Amino acid sequence: MGTNESPFRVIGTPRPKIDAVAKVTGALLFADDLVRPRMLHCKLLRAPHPHALIVGIDTTRAAVLPGVAAVLTGRDLPVPFGILPVSQDEHALCIERVRFVGDGVAAVAAVDEDTALAACELIDVEYEPLRAIASIEDALATREPALHDYGDDANVHKRVALDFGGVDDAMQGADVVREDVFFYEGNTHLAMEQHAALAEWSADGRLTLWSSTQTPHYVHRALSKVLELDPAHVRVIATPNGGGFGGKSDPFGHEIVVAELARRTGRPVKICLTREEVFYCHRGRHPTLMKIKTGLTRDGRILAMDFTSFLDGGAYGSYGVASTYYTGALQTVTYQVPAYRFRGVRVFTNKPPCGPKRGHGTPQPRFALECHLDKIAEQLGVDPAEWRQRILQPPNSVTANWLRIGSMALGHCISTVVQASGWAQKFRQLPFGHGVGIACSSYISGAGLPIYWNNMPHSSVQLKLDRSGGVAAFCGSTDIGQGSDSVLAFCVAEVLGIEPIDIRVVTGDTDLAPVDLGSYSSRVTMMTGHAAIQAAVRARDVLALAVAAKLGVAGDRLTVAGRRVFDAEDPRRSVSFAEAVQIAESGQGAVGTVGSYTPPRSPGRYKGAGVGPSPAYSYSCAVAEVEVEPSTGIVRVPKVWIAHDIGQAINPLLALGQVEGSVYMGLGEALMEEMTYRDAERRMVHHHPSMLEYKTPTTLEMCDVESFLIEEAEPGGPFGAKEVGQGPLLPIPPAVANAVYDAVGVRIDQVPCAPHAVLRALRDKMKGKDGRYGPTRVPDYNFPEASLVRTPAQGGDGREANGRPHDEVGENRESTAGVSTAGVSTAGAPPQEKR
Amino acid sequence: MLRLPRFDFVAPTTVEDALAARAAHGTDAMYVAGGTDLYPNMKRRQQTPRTVISLAGIPTMREIHSSPELGLRIGAGVTLSHLASDPLINEHYPAVARAAGLVSTPPLRNMGTIGGNLLLDTRCNYYDQTYEWRKAIDFCMKKDGEICWVAPSSPRCWAVQSSDGAPVAVALGASVILASATGVRRVPAQDLYYNDGIQYLTKRPDELLVGYILPAIGGWRATYVKLRRRGSFDFPVLGVAARVDFHPDGTVRAARIVLGAIASYPMLVPAAADALVGRPLDAASIADAADAAFRPAQPMDNTDFTLAWRKEMVRVYGGKALEEIKGDVRGGT
Ligand SMILES: Cc1cc2nc3c(=O)[nH]c(=O)nc-3n(C[C@H](O)[C@H](O)[C@H](O)COP(=O)(O)OP(=O)(O)OC[C@H]3O[C@@H](n4cnc5c(N)ncnc54)[C@H](O)[C@@H]3O)c2cc1C
Ligand code: SF4
Repeated sequence: MGTNESPFRVIGTPRPKIDAVAKVTGALLFADDLVRPRMLHCKLLRAPHPHALIVGIDTTRAAVLPGVAAVLTGRDLPVPFGILPVSQDEHALCIERVRFVGDGVAAVAAVDEDTALAACELIDVEYEPLRAIASIEDALATREPALHDYGDDANVHKRVALDFGGVDDAMQGADVVREDVFFYEGNTHLAMEQHAALAEWSADGRLTLWSSTQTPHYVHRALSKVLELDPAHVRVIATPNGGGFGGKSDPFGHEIVVAELARRTGRPVKICLTREEVFYCHRGRHPTLMKIKTGLTRDGRILAMDFTSFLDGGAYGSYGVASTYYTGALQTVTYQVPAYRFRGVRVFTNKPPCGPKRGHGTPQPRFALECHLDKIAEQLGVDPAEWRQRILQPPNSVTANWLRIGSMALGHCISTVVQASGWAQKFRQLPFGHGVGIACSSYISGAGLPIYWNNMPHSSVQLKLDRSGGVAAFCGSTDIGQGSDSVLAFCVAEVLGIEPIDIRVVTGDTDLAPVDLGSYSSRVTMMTGHAAIQAAVRARDVLALAVAAKLGVAGDRLTVAGRRVFDAEDPRRSVSFAEAVQIAESGQGAVGTVGSYTPPRSPGRYKGAGVGPSPAYSYSCAVAEVEVEPSTGIVRVPKVWIAHDIGQAINPLLALGQVEGSVYMGLGEALMEEMTYRDAERRMVHHHPSMLEYKTPTTLEMCDVESFLIEEAEPGGPFGAKEVGQGPLLPIPPAVANAVYDAVGVRIDQVPCAPHAVLRALRDKMKGKDGRYGPTRVPDYNFPEASLVRTPAQGGDGREANGRPHDEVGENRESTAGVSTAGVSTAGAPPQEKR
Repeated sequence: MLRLPRFDFVAPTTVEDALAARAAHGTDAMYVAGGTDLYPNMKRRQQTPRTVISLAGIPTMREIHSSPELGLRIGAGVTLSHLASDPLINEHYPAVARAAGLVSTPPLRNMGTIGGNLLLDTRCNYYDQTYEWRKAIDFCMKKDGEICWVAPSSPRCWAVQSSDGAPVAVALGASVILASATGVRRVPAQDLYYNDGIQYLTKRPDELLVGYILPAIGGWRATYVKLRRRGSFDFPVLGVAARVDFHPDGTVRAARIVLGAIASYPMLVPAAADALVGRPLDAASIADAADAAFRPAQPMDNTDFTLAWRKEMVRVYGGKALEEIKGDVRGGT
């Protein structure tokens, strides 16, 4: 062990990513860089209508164009798919109906992209336009036409009503009750790399697909299902992603299409989407309308909270069931909320489907909650930072909605940014036009349940050691730029006493590596980390046993460091790491170990309890400083201070990169990003599917960031680590909105905080009206009566109290994904997967 | 990636050869300088020339001649980066340098020329879209379609003149030199533009913009302010160029206030000038002029931001521009 205080050698030290040099020199190959002999190029024909029936498709003219190898339509790929077992509502190409401008209708494989494009122009499609569903209100009010024939009601995909502890009764006892309404506009991931995929069949009839995906395992499942292939004969390789942020977490039609085109033509087929097409893949932030009502005692204790959300889901299910639950799941993990009700509804509209974007379903309610609390603090006459400290959810507790909290250092986060930002000297004291705002948040470190119901590990790692002294680490995890390959190498290197460079990482390949569920829900460091540690400890034990015999030292006295295995009490008695492997190989034969990880079971047993549980929760607190120009309403953010409770940074350099990247993304959402569409008369076309007109901050808009990693080890995390990839985004939009209020006294209860909104609110205020911009009401929607679940404090058992029969089989299965199986499935669900 | 359509590429090295090439290839040919406007438009099939005549290889078009005392002649092929950093321009025509430096991004300014900037195609959120996107709304009047989606009952196109250089050229009273097979003519910059999104230039398609001439310095100051979402990349959603000529006693002798990105042409607002003439440039006259500029401004819903807010901003940015001239912070001499 080193001489410094840290118990670690590799963990906690700032190091470049293992693929950093390859990335900056251009050596790393992304999906679109791949070229195979005799490769064909694919282009998709996309729907020009937001909602229409396909009356007929004639591909004859396209098929005979010289250079065209194959043409596909929806009828060639009739099996539906979708990321969640409960929402198998997509087809690789539309069959009978198109549901948004940009929905895929036909595909061509040709010798080059130009020919494929020309052939698309020659495909004749006859449509019968249908009325398009434009908004949340429109969807709730319209039964016919309905986008899908499944869901909880016409054009209602999912609806949830849960009551933990009896909110109406608890609200009765409140001295102060406040209700607010908020809107959070949709936005998209805008990863630099456009999605690309390349398919090839081997001579013996096996399929390989290379794709820029975050979830090769789920793509593997979808491919096998739709193409009706034995999964054992399908190989998916996730290429390094040029950013994902949740936008590459679904299986996509184009991935299935190139596989089928390659099968038909007997040649490799590649597709690379245009930027416009990436906007159509979307799966980004749901536009969400929210109402929040909180009852408190006079001294500021929360007694009850009632939260309602309306999500505009776009045209397909995607992760939407999970997204819906997530808008209600994590309100309870930051502050003590003894009684909590959540009602949510997700509708279908004729727009590209929404799904998971960094923070999946939680930035919207977090914005609402943290702005709402800022208003309450003002109403109570308390400092919003100091008040939050008083109402924190304690560590090692179970929340009203049955989430088990482990380590919890939010208080430390708050005091850190309060101190660093000079909060006490600034809040309500800066000159007009300048202000500071504070907000907190929390996020999961991996979802407690997989997307489809199974009892297998969420992540597995296999290690191969050989006489060279090199170690190969195999894992299905996927590096999307966040550095998961590096984390895998660091964890193994730490345990085996070797250097990250000694470890060859083989990831994202369903043939070579054991299953990892994918890069989503901030799960990879947590789960792959645990699996890697287990595999590496087992390998170290194998070596220790072999070397102990050789050196004549008791195995438990052996330790590893500096590429050596040695006697901790007499370090001169040692062998090199390579020699140790040779000794083990000579003794027992080939050296290989495995490790795996399954999250602990959550105490919640009610329907919907699958969304929210996590092995650990990260916490963040941010202070934003803003400048508001009163004559224009333009908001600038010069600086953000942010503290993130990470448990233990595996690599502080990568962790800080994630914090700063999250601040950047949160700032874009707070100030300008908007995924919006024209009206139905204008065919609901996307306003601006381009990187020029979809506004996202440049380096000039990016604020200075002062980041703090708060390291209080989480017992449930690998080396004490918790997530950092998503959580730090969450406090940014509300911190900015709260700072705008501090600067000029107007409330912008809507994201983004556009200059026209600020100017309008300022004008209104001058006229003596409410200085507020934002929605004033939510639709009247008849939610079913909420299932009552008694809280831990009430002595509940985690199940519904109002006696809904609950068979053991279905219990707890509405997972991250909102998976429901036979026992609890939604009425009229589309065909379940066969497997 | 979007694909460029196929085209023939001609690379003359003299103005005469360029004109001859245009004469030979006729209406299917277009000139290209930096290509930062034309090529993206071709990728979106907004403009579809069969032949592209490159001006990049004509050295004479990249020269700057004469002197600030007599007026400066700037070749159309001078890049925006060059204009933005040229010491002579920065000293005597800071508004020109600033406008050039505010265009888009450094790589685009390295390619983009002042000629291409003055002749930039008009822009609209319904037009600057891919072929497939435009097809979904059955196109619009400016290209391939019938109606205007911004003003469906309108007989004309309202696409926006979005050049940063054009309002400055008009405000300064610059003129342009146009050459064709039939001769050379000099036209005041103001007369180069029409207020029509489709027919936005008075220049004939066969005419080559050889260069433009900035007026002699002395007795006036000018500036340019730009409003856009971000500090880089973005086209203006409003540009205000102003030139103010002073009497020796400091009162305003004449003024030219031009709004960019508000109409299909750089819009000269004489009423704003009238509000200044004969008065000192002070808070009161500036407020009147800004108000006069605000009134006729009629932005349409076809750029970034809401149109009501953009109109409001004319007053604010009109005021900012004149304040700047008053403070002589960066104004010309
Ligand atoms: C992302 C992006 C952002 C941009 N932002 C801005 C901005 O903020 N402000 C702004 O003003 N512009 C902006 N532009 C537009 C453009 O880059 C500049 O206006 C640039 O100066 C155009 O010059 P060019 O030489 O590249 O023009 P080209 O593309 O070569 O030509 C433009 C047009 O002028 C014609 N032409 C060019 N030179 C001549 C000539 N000498 N004689 C006759 N015809 C000629 C061409 O036929 C073509 O129609 C932006 C472009 C992009 C892609
Ligand atoms: S203003 Fe009207 S006609 Fe002109 S480009 Fe825009 S939509 Fe088309």
